[in-house]
Amino acid sequence: MTQLTVEDLHKRYGDHEVLKGISLSAEAGDVISIIGSSGSGKSTFLRCINFLEQPDAGRIAVAGEEIGLVRGRDGHLKVADAKQLQRLRTRLAMVFQHFNLWAHMTVIENVMEAPVHVLGLSKAEARERAEAYLDKVGIARLRDAYPAHMSGGQQQRVAIARALAMEPAVLLFDEPTSALDPELVGEVLKVMRALAEEGRTMVVVTHEMGFAREVSSQVMFLHQGLAEEVGAPAEVFDRPRSERLRQFLSGSLK
Amino acid sequence: MLHGYTGSLLDGAWLTFQVAVCSLALALALGLAGASAKLSKLRLLRAPAVAYTTVVRGIPDLVMMLLVFYGGQMLINAATDALEWDYVEVNPFTAGVATLGFIFGAYFTETFRGAFLAVPAGQLEAGAAYGMSRWQVFRRILFPQMLRHALPGLGNNWQVMQKSTALVSIIGLSDITWLADQAGRSTHQPFLFYAVVCAFYLAMTALSALVFNALERRYSVGVRRAAA
Repeated sequence: MTQLTVEDLHKRYGDHEVLKGISLSAEAGDVISIIGSSGSGKSTFLRCINFLEQPDAGRIAVAGEEIGLVRGRDGHLKVADAKQLQRLRTRLAMVFQHFNLWAHMTVIENVMEAPVHVLGLSKAEARERAEAYLDKVGIARLRDAYPAHMSGGQQQRVAIARALAMEPAVLLFDEPTSALDPELVGEVLKVMRALAEEGRTMVVVTHEMGFAREVSSQVMFLHQGLAEEVGAPAEVFDRPRSERLRQFLSGSLK
Repeated sequence: MLHGYTGSLLDGAWLTFQVAVCSLALALALGLAGASAKLSKLRLLRAPAVAYTTVVRGIPDLVMMLLVFYGGQMLINAATDALEWDYVEVNPFTAGVATLGFIFGAYFTETFRGAFLAVPAGQLEAGAAYGMSRWQVFRRILFPQMLRHALPGLGNNWQVMQKSTALVSIIGLSDITWLADQAGRSTHQPFLFYAVVCAFYLAMTALSALVFNALERRYSVGVRRAAA
């Protein structure tokens, strides 16, 4: 079943067109890695999917439900129904580069927050769910700690548990290891690898070429706002067709 | 010991306390509204908020008090005359609370504005990304963390505000300062009665410092403290 469809997404900042028509389709269990140099538009693309950035054109559907868009008086595309967007956002849980855990809440409160206050679960149900997912990411013993007292790798694993607790259709990862010290990258990638093996649907913007090659079902190489190459990891990494991708890979795979 | 003025001084103390608390409530409401307006994307809201803080913080409290009390009475008289209504008198309690609340609302606006800006935008974005409404993001994420940044400034302004309540004695309110002045004149012991007033203000400000310390602890959860 198709979990996420993005069609012909465009985004511009002033005169600069950042995304020039990008499409993507994720079936259940797909892991799609988006790679490219900084400034290629890959993070912007991910952030347009859940409307943290407003796309200027395009269509987005989550688990078969298309997000209703209307053109505002200023000519910009806008979400027609804020309630629908809120509902669809709960189906697209995001993991951020800088974790963005809520600093005034403990680990378990962070994971319970949206299930209780957005999904409407009872506290008991949400607690049970939170404990199970914290256990999965190997952080159950820190459940009553505050984010400020944890390492970046631990915080990012909590952020992944927070995303899992929504039981979303698709997990969106926005450079989840880019803000981490090198020795902490492995623990986060290990958790993400386990999620991929479980068959979770994931869209991952990443600089980790090893992860993209070994874990993804599909790799998309973005260059100057266009999907320059899309394909299975073996094709993209071993038989790059474009000069740009060859250059990018020779710079990234050292 | 107080020549029979104990009861009347207690009444005055109670009135001063009421003025302080009511002004605080008004100042907090105006401060939150002012900060929200100043941070708004709409110029229509930003411009009056900027005018408010600029004008109010630039005028002496005493002058403002007189202006609201006497000037307000003249405005109301003109209005009631024009509308052929009955004479309405400005109640000194209302005028005092309105003035103090209005003045300190401007200071609170700046305190709240800084505090709102101190909450990392990424945490608000995470709230939105997890399906929270704008109100939920405000209520669950922005407000509790904003308070931590606002409390030191609020405590400081509240301290100044409590002492400014003494100004209401000049517009005819029988607050503790006015009553002590009267008692001091009739018993020829001004020093004694002003000392009592000082002790009262000191007690009130010390007590609120304790409350604010407790609040700051309550809203600093999750903050890493520097090793002592």
